[in-house]
Amino acid sequence: MNRIERKFGQLKREGRKALITFITAGDPDLDTTFGLVLEMEKKGADVVELGVPFSDPLADGTTIQRASQRALNNKTKLKDILKLVYELRKKTEIPLVLMSYLNPVFKYGLEEFAKTCRMMGVDGVIIPDLVPEEAEEWLRVARLNELSTIFLAAPTSPLERIKKIAGKSTGFLYYVSLTGVTGARDKLNSNIIEALRAIKRVTNKPVACGFGISNPQQARKVSRYSDGVIVGSAIIDLIERSSTRRAILRNVGNFVASLHHKMVGDYNASRKTR
Amino acid sequence: MEKVLPDKSGYFGIFGGKFVPETLMSALKELEQVYNKAKRDKSFQDELKYYLSEYGGRPTPLYFARNLTEKLGGAKIYLKREDLCHTGAHKINNTLGQALLARRMDKRRIIAETGAGQHGVATATASALLGLECEIYMGTEDIKRQALNVFKMELLGAKVIPVSSGTKTLKDAINETIRDWVANVRTTHYLLGSCVGPHPYPMMVRDFQSVIGKEVKRQIREKEGRLPDYLIACVGGGSNSLGLFHPFYDDAVKFIGVEAAGLGIRSGRHAAPLYVGEIGILHGSKSYVLHDSNGQILPAHSVAPGLDYPGVGPEHSFYKKTGRADYFVVTDKEALQAFHLLSETEGIIPALEPAHALAHLRKMTKDTNKNEIVVLCLSGRGDKDVEIVKR
Ligand SMILES: Cc1ncc(COP(=O)(O)O)c(C=O)c1O
Repeated sequence: MNRIERKFGQLKREGRKALITFITAGDPDLDTTFGLVLEMEKKGADVVELGVPFSDPLADGTTIQRASQRALNNKTKLKDILKLVYELRKKTEIPLVLMSYLNPVFKYGLEEFAKTCRMMGVDGVIIPDLVPEEAEEWLRVARLNELSTIFLAAPTSPLERIKKIAGKSTGFLYYVSLTGVTGARDKLNSNIIEALRAIKRVTNKPVACGFGISNPQQARKVSRYSDGVIVGSAIIDLIERSSTRRAILRNVGNFVASLHHKMVGDYNASRKTR
Repeated sequence: MEKVLPDKSGYFGIFGGKFVPETLMSALKELEQVYNKAKRDKSFQDELKYYLSEYGGRPTPLYFARNLTEKLGGAKIYLKREDLCHTGAHKINNTLGQALLARRMDKRRIIAETGAGQHGVATATASALLGLECEIYMGTEDIKRQALNVFKMELLGAKVIPVSSGTKTLKDAINETIRDWVANVRTTHYLLGSCVGPHPYPMMVRDFQSVIGKEVKRQIREKEGRLPDYLIACVGGGSNSLGLFHPFYDDAVKFIGVEAAGLGIRSGRHAAPLYVGEIGILHGSKSYVLHDSNGQILPAHSVAPGLDYPGVGPEHSFYKKTGRADYFVVTDKEALQAFHLLSETEGIIPALEPAHALAHLRKMTKDTNKNEIVVLCLSGRGDKDVEIVKR
């Protein structure tokens, strides 16, 4: 059992939902990323996803595109991100998930990458342009190295297919809340609750929901029907708007705390009524 | 013999596949089903044939270029005149086919990427013809280079959406079109313009373009009583070249693909993934790509906007790996010289893309003899490029 599985197990026992935060590694630089992971954990993040910047992020909206570009502008490389995880592991046991498009991983070498992930302390990998049909080789090396592979399911995926995707996923299943690219949205997709209920009926794996979730109210609402929420672009918007490292840490820390409180507030309330 | 490639999963050997966000998977499956059905449906094929001939101007001539043959002094040169298609390039063969499919799927909105603008114009044309809404993504760099085509697309009722991210050329126009498709996939058909992208696109675009090679086969038999020795075409994504090559796959005919060497291979500013690239994943398929040691896709360069792309169709990668085709490169400068050569010797102004094939032909004719026959795909006409050449 790796850290992701343990975390979801623990949350389940506590009746809590996972707050999963996403930032692009190297945006605006790797030192800040290091600080942000620790700060987000302190303020209530349960799992952190680190985005590997890519020249052609075709599932991403403008916010993450720009973050990716900033990270590439200062030459952030996959191997530096893996080293960063190694450094983080000296300080924290928070589950860490790398999110990378396939090509940087492919160029690194699937097996070499999986091995290094394990050595450095990565717990899981999300590859948004790798669907289960194409993932045989990756799944083999990921399993060998006890890495979770988190696949995505989308509103356009038929339920039968979602069941299969969930079957291939380890750690958790990532449900994409909307038909579109990443990016903070004012409104949640209206079908989201229905969709999550249906998915929970076809899988026992934890289901985390992301894309578009931008404020504590939305996070709370979605967390009621899932096992976790993923917030990315809204955090990156804050990083982009903050001018110093201190401001970044403070603003992101406050925001993560507000997400956490809203979600945990719900949990506390439900505990009282029990 | 019926070609079995790609296999059911969309692979040509180790190349191809479907490397896309999950959101697109059901649309790709639908497209594949609808296409496979249409392929066997006589009414669809008749309708396509009707539009290709009555509207698109097919069959295009296979022209014996006597002056050029004499000038170069080697093999007998035939030009497949795709420049005479409606809209001035081979792109219309594919856009008519896909627009008819979109109508079958009841998708009323068409989106497409364009580099040279030829595919954009051909898409806008087919959309106007079939009453479909049309939006075209185009890099701001290409909008500058191919202003005439931008104006044409607008005249045809399409909306041209400038793309200023990344390289501001074809690669990023494709990224942006895919993002649009991810968001609007239920109502929108992505009319991809070359043999690239996830399955079934490389297969489907090749099939629609195969009308080129099928006509050549018939025409050359009529004119020469035999098949040619060489087929030669420029390779951007690979649609005009595979359209010419594919029907000859099982014949003893040499395939020659010509990529853009831009400012020279050693300068690093080129568009030659088959020649010097590595295997990678770009825009939904596994194929040769230009990328750096960290797997970041590199910007391509070519004077020909239609070749200015760091990837290539998976079927070409397969042909390269198996040795079925040979690939060569031609610099911007050589292509420009060939552009003038054809204009002056034959009175045909070629697009800069097939000017690359012409430039290689010029180099290779010395190794051929007068009894040999070469067919070159003149994929488009050069009106769009006169501004570039004037500079
Ligand atoms: C006239 C012409 N030829 C060739 C190409 C290259 O594309 P492909 O390799 O798909 O034929 C283009 C692309 O825009 C074009 O406009």
